[in-house]
Amino acid sequence: MDPVNRRTFIKGVIAAGAAASSAAYLFRGPGSLLGQTSAPGSVERLITLMVNGQARRVDVMKQETLAMTLRYKLGLTGTKLGCDRAECGACTVLIDDVPHYSCSVLTHTVRTRAVTTIEGLASASGALHPVQRGVVEEQGFQCAFCMPGFVMAAVGFLKVNPNPTREQLAHGVSGNLCRCQDYDKILTSLMKGAEYLRGGTA
Amino acid sequence: MAGEKLVGANYVPPDHVAKVTGRAKYAEDFRAEGMLFAKLLLSPMPHARVRSIDTSAALAMPGVKAIITADDVPDLPNGGEKCLTKEPFYAGEPVLAVAAVDEATAAEAVERIVVDFEALPFTTDPLESLRPGTPAARLDGNVWSAPPPPNPNAPPGPPAPAKRETLKWTDADFAAAQPGQLPIGQHVETWAFGDLDAGFAAAAVTLDETFVVQSTGHHPMETRSAMAYWQNGKLFLHLSTQSVAFTRAGVANWVGIPPEDVVLICEYTGGGFGSKGAGAVSSAIPALLSKKANAPVMMRISREEEGFIGRARTNMTGRAKVGFAKDGKITALDLFIVQDSGAYGPMGDFRSGANATSLIYQPGAMRVRAVNVLTNTPPRTQQRSPGPMQANGIMEPVLTKAAKQLGLDQVAIRHINSPEGKANYGPPLPNGQRRHITSAFVKQALDQGKAQFRWDERKAQSGVRKGSKVRGVGVTVGPHGAGSVGFDSIMTIRPDGKLYVQSGVGNLGTHSVIDLARVAADILAMPWEKVEVIWGDTGKHLPWTCLSVGSQTTHAMTRANYAGAMDAKRKLQEIAAMDLGGSPDDYDVGGERVFRRGSPGRGLSYAQAAQRAIALGGKFDGHEAPPDVNPMTKASAAALAGLGLMGVAKDTHPRDGDTYSFVVGFAEVEVDVETGKVDLVDFLSVGDVGTVVNPRSLHGQLNGGVCLGIAHALCQKLVIDPQYGLMLSRRFHHTKPLSILDIPASMPTVALGLADPETPVGARGVGEPPVGAGYGAVMNAIADAVGVDVFRRAPVTADIVLMSLEHNQRMHDPLRHHL
Repeated sequence: MDPVNRRTFIKGVIAAGAAASSAAYLFRGPGSLLGQTSAPGSVERLITLMVNGQARRVDVMKQETLAMTLRYKLGLTGTKLGCDRAECGACTVLIDDVPHYSCSVLTHTVRTRAVTTIEGLASASGALHPVQRGVVEEQGFQCAFCMPGFVMAAVGFLKVNPNPTREQLAHGVSGNLCRCQDYDKILTSLMKGAEYLRGGTA
Repeated sequence: MAGEKLVGANYVPPDHVAKVTGRAKYAEDFRAEGMLFAKLLLSPMPHARVRSIDTSAALAMPGVKAIITADDVPDLPNGGEKCLTKEPFYAGEPVLAVAAVDEATAAEAVERIVVDFEALPFTTDPLESLRPGTPAARLDGNVWSAPPPPNPNAPPGPPAPAKRETLKWTDADFAAAQPGQLPIGQHVETWAFGDLDAGFAAAAVTLDETFVVQSTGHHPMETRSAMAYWQNGKLFLHLSTQSVAFTRAGVANWVGIPPEDVVLICEYTGGGFGSKGAGAVSSAIPALLSKKANAPVMMRISREEEGFIGRARTNMTGRAKVGFAKDGKITALDLFIVQDSGAYGPMGDFRSGANATSLIYQPGAMRVRAVNVLTNTPPRTQQRSPGPMQANGIMEPVLTKAAKQLGLDQVAIRHINSPEGKANYGPPLPNGQRRHITSAFVKQALDQGKAQFRWDERKAQSGVRKGSKVRGVGVTVGPHGAGSVGFDSIMTIRPDGKLYVQSGVGNLGTHSVIDLARVAADILAMPWEKVEVIWGDTGKHLPWTCLSVGSQTTHAMTRANYAGAMDAKRKLQEIAAMDLGGSPDDYDVGGERVFRRGSPGRGLSYAQAAQRAIALGGKFDGHEAPPDVNPMTKASAAALAGLGLMGVAKDTHPRDGDTYSFVVGFAEVEVDVETGKVDLVDFLSVGDVGTVVNPRSLHGQLNGGVCLGIAHALCQKLVIDPQYGLMLSRRFHHTKPLSILDIPASMPTVALGLADPETPVGARGVGEPPVGAGYGAVMNAIADAVGVDVFRRAPVTADIVLMSLEHNQRMHDPLRHHL
């Protein structure tokens, strides 16, 4: 697995002797009719993404990040942008079951891979994912802007370590920041979710 | 109703499922047909005048729809901060804004705009600006003048605008100070009580210490992005605010329209910590752009932009000369504060800090002198515990050092100085008396925490070196004002038998937006599943509600909802008496009915009573509102009139004293003397915060506040480059917030649960007092581990600790920038 994250992208840009313009990260308008000033043809733009188990056809700019595609092209605004520079983790989604900062993944790099967002966790009937249930029952989080990212990071981590200690789970979600700093209650609620996931007292 | 009170019980807030499924919509999650995107042109200089702006090249670009400058923004009556400016007072201040079909086009347009800036003198350091011959932050002064004394005969109206003046200390003032000591020159504000000289004369130990409390950006996870559109002459604004009801008037002012024409939508707020108290002035930018472009406008604020415009805490340099009797009692306290209010203001943190100092340390005599300085740095606003946290920072090193010199226990010296009951605080009033608080149970909190933390056991281990590690323990009492009075409530019992509670509180994650309805449900004996809370949208007819700042909401709005529910209950009783005979007092409520005491069969269901209220009209269904409620409440009551039986009332419950809450923090740290690294081993907070309304939320508030204080103690700071006046701490990793790994894996909290006697529900606020408790306790623990003179500024970073230990003396000058 070799995802093109922001760091490798920038490295590549620097290696190519080009200037990394901040404008390259800026969002282009919704839909293909607006503001598409770059010349089409160099990169295929109409691509198919697998998001939350569904094939989605979407028009994607070559420099577009997955977070922007999810939020502005696919209407999946549960994925939050807290910093847009891979510092806070609010945009965490699963790519092939591994947590990634979607602000720092180029959409074109995930074409053949399965993307899961917070909207894809609950079942089609609306039953909450066990981790979501733990969060609700223990009232984890306060303002909850960081919540989708934390929950996705926890779900990804629990796939690797389904029976963590509090300390291990803290490490598992340590790439996510909470400015309400409700960490103690967050950890309690995620531990409850882990218990439910293992089929404990569900 | 099972007979169990809702207040004090855990529950699942009704918005939690929306939050955990991603359905909860924050400001940047809304879309509108034809939505444009905004980008800002920010001042590249810390102080400048805009001589000219050439937008022709930008306007010629395809896709650029509108550009606004300060000329498009109404002037504010008191000369306050506008969303765009022609004289930027700090680097990063917005000068103009562009709306275009997409963000990249808007950003490109910003690049093509030519602004001719005339650079003006600037200052980034409050002390430097007090030196003779140095530049001032504003052309008309470097300090905020003292406010005029209150005039009871003045005509009603907005307060006079704050004034600025030029204040320079003398070279002799600066020369008189020792290295690292705050010089004391002319002050601007002062108050005093007691005999200071006699207090110092009676002291067994007198200390004179300087401490520098840093500034930090608020940086809520959600930046102040906003989206606006206009429909039928009304502004619809999706923004992020802490206080929905209270924000409307501010937005109306900033945009220059009547409040009735503003509809604010903010059901979910991604944090604020004071920075979004009454919204954000920047939200006027998409509103004005949208009007000009005649299309919806989304303004996404980046994390870096949030650092510029997103507000920060006032930094303070404090010098405290404190006299202690042999038993540790403070006999005299002489406090001098130089506060940095940044580019705007004036902020009153130094006043609330001085009040807090007088409250939690109960000195026998006290004097405060202060200077409130302007600098060309980002605007300050209240940040979670504005003033009291800084006061803890200035005072705690002095107490810790005094206890060591007097051979006293650190808990004991705080115990003997702590307030009890209706303790006095603050400056003397014209009648010579001082104000007092409603209640304090700090001594109980210290005792309980000391036992639960196993303080004596841990203390015995402190200072003992094990390998390269040494541990220390610290304790601090964090205070904060915790409740206002006099706000309104509206609720309706409708023919569907449900109770609908209108909530004008912001939903910033404290859950008070929902909690307050549980008070009403308890009084009306209404099962929780039959209670609907309506919040987050001024189009939904909300009552006049306090700002969700200053830890006041739980207190103020439980009182208001107590009043509203009592009004509804009375109306239920009156309707029952009217229909079924007897007097209203013969009736009680329960089981979703109003019924005759002793004859429960005689009564009306709530659904029936609601029908009767609608038929009766008048005061019963909201067609007549009480005369004393706010005009906003009256308008909302009129809009909801006829839907059911309405409880609508203003909180007029008497209160003797001002409401304060207290949190005692106990910390244990481990310092690595070979690296200077500090690890927090354990933390316990004990809340003297009145009756507990929502236990889980209280736990979260205590720990969240404590963690903000811990972050101030260990890692966070705003850094401005003094040479160019530019902000260096632009991203999270430059001013690192606490991560989940920086704190113990479990952080217990305790609430005393003692009701405040001056409020019907007994609940006080909690959001802020833990901040100073976290800040002070952790710094005290570090001092306990490695020495009381190792540091005199925060954050206490590894290099500060290591340099002092290596050289066996303090190596940093607290008054110099520590980058």
